[in-house]
Amino acid sequence: MGEEKTAVVPEVILEAESISLSFGGVNALLSVDFKVSKGEIYSVIGPNGAGKSSMFNVISGLYRPQRGRILYKGKDITTLAPHKIAPLGIARSFQNVELFKGMTVIDNLLLGRHIHMKSGLFSGGLFFGKAQKEELHHREVVEGIIDFLEIEHIRKKPVGTLSYGLQKRLELGRALALEPELLLLDEPMAGMNLEETEDMARFIIDINQERATTVLLIEHDMGVVMDISDTVTVLNFGELLATGTPQEVQENQAVINAYLGDEESVFLAGRAG
Amino acid sequence: MNAHICGDYKTSYKKDMVLFQTPFSKFWIIVFLVSLCIIPLFLDDYVLYVCNMIGIAIIGALGLNILTGFTGQISLGHGAFLGIGAYASAYLVMDLGFPFFIALPCAGVITAMFGMVFGIPSLRLKGLYLAIATLAAQFIIEYLMVHVEFVTNGVLGKMVDFPSIMGFSFDTDLKYFYLVATMAVIAVTVAKNIVRTRPGRAFIAIRDQYISAEVMGVNLFKYKLMAFAFSSFLAGIAGSLWAHYVTIITPEHFTIGVSIEYLAMIIIGGMGSIIGSIFGAVFMVLLPEVLRSLSGVLSGEFPMIVNLFAAIKEGIFGLIIIGFLVYEPDGMAHRWQMIKAYWKLWPFSY
Repeated sequence: MGEEKTAVVPEVILEAESISLSFGGVNALLSVDFKVSKGEIYSVIGPNGAGKSSMFNVISGLYRPQRGRILYKGKDITTLAPHKIAPLGIARSFQNVELFKGMTVIDNLLLGRHIHMKSGLFSGGLFFGKAQKEELHHREVVEGIIDFLEIEHIRKKPVGTLSYGLQKRLELGRALALEPELLLLDEPMAGMNLEETEDMARFIIDINQERATTVLLIEHDMGVVMDISDTVTVLNFGELLATGTPQEVQENQAVINAYLGDEESVFLAGRAG
Repeated sequence: MNAHICGDYKTSYKKDMVLFQTPFSKFWIIVFLVSLCIIPLFLDDYVLYVCNMIGIAIIGALGLNILTGFTGQISLGHGAFLGIGAYASAYLVMDLGFPFFIALPCAGVITAMFGMVFGIPSLRLKGLYLAIATLAAQFIIEYLMVHVEFVTNGVLGKMVDFPSIMGFSFDTDLKYFYLVATMAVIAVTVAKNIVRTRPGRAFIAIRDQYISAEVMGVNLFKYKLMAFAFSSFLAGIAGSLWAHYVTIITPEHFTIGVSIEYLAMIIIGGMGSIIGSIFGAVFMVLLPEVLRSLSGVLSGEFPMIVNLFAAIKEGIFGLIIIGFLVYEPDGMAHRWQMIKAYWKLWPFSY
């Protein structure tokens, strides 16, 4: 997908405008700008503590930046509460798996359908007619996801008993259940073996292509990032170092220096800039 | 013997959502409901009285379990909420002349409103801090029960009549049993349905991982208040049934001790389990009765024991709770699961 310098300007789905976030004296993000186009796989890489996860937390509304705006489809969502951002079509997974451990796999996925369901205390309590139909319909949707992720054998298992790799996969499933247009994945391959990593990469490509979902990805596995991304952006100490195609980023001298750390100058340049 | 189908042969998701999945469990639940109707006819008044107290405790314990066991919001004010239900119902029936079948749900709704007001701090407070905030609710409500005398008649206590619906008075233990049993069955069914549908999943999600619940679109504040409201609603119903049964209520009936007794019920029965609420309620109501009859038996040989009964009772309560926390932290419901799993495969356990 390298040669799209044609006339068609891709539609921007998410835009960050000079986001700054600090905790006390620590600057997690320093006026970060980027644009994610609809339909692409956009990866954010950078050393530990570079501010990648903080960026995700800002987008999903868990952190409120001191300066800057997040625009989703042109709408300012910077100050929206997390539960109001989800229905707009943004779902995410977490770096450290944050599933509902007491629930079964099916219930975890059904919770992902929360915003698409209506029943409340009364209709749920009676479990009759409409509420029952609703449960049934969403159960079918969820079974579709179970089928897609190939986790049929564990559908009734409590999540707490599952292996780490399956939990990671399920977390992806829970985010998918929301039917997002923009999917934020925070290190989905962390701690996985080669086979699991390949499975996960395949799922991400499928989601991106078959469900037309824009994917924003944080990942440390450079092989995967360079293989599947359309755009890569590099964060270092809360600042944007470079953005471009995987090829461009790999050849960028500042990025090479940041990762290999051969000269002090990068660090200093980063501070001064 | 009939050949028994061993395995899941469900062919639709609808079948998979049915509460009682096998003919075996369907059969037993029908047997249970029928015996609930017939057996009381042969019981004496004392046993019926204990059964009624169990039924009321089941409704109250369900309420607390929804809030604390399922939603993870600890509450030390459940006893006071029972009190609000009791006084609300008593005031509506005795002073305003409402018929009982209207006063009962009204008492639930009024208690739910109180519950929501005292649930507001739960947005900011978690764990122990929320426990202290609900403790404040307990004491504020106790104060109100003593001092708002035109409703509660203060420390002197308020007389309440047996309820009557359409001229039919529930004035004996047997008649009251059917009222309590009906309400308890309805409460259990509704609670079970709620925890397996959208609101229940949101409750459990808040308990297990509130950040991801919020990111998945669950409005934390709304659902926490909803849990407080539903929990207090059930407490209100239980309180109302209790008031019309014991026929005289004073603020001393709804102290912090009651709140803790209900917490003990759901810990012993099993947090986050509907059937656990039932086990816990049965256990906690039966325990003092068993101890009392034991001390009656033993008093012939040890006359001292009657004098010491109160102290022994509290001590044994404490020991039992500690025992459960150490040996069965998931409560009797977990033990029940293990027993069921064992018999499922019996006698071929592998």
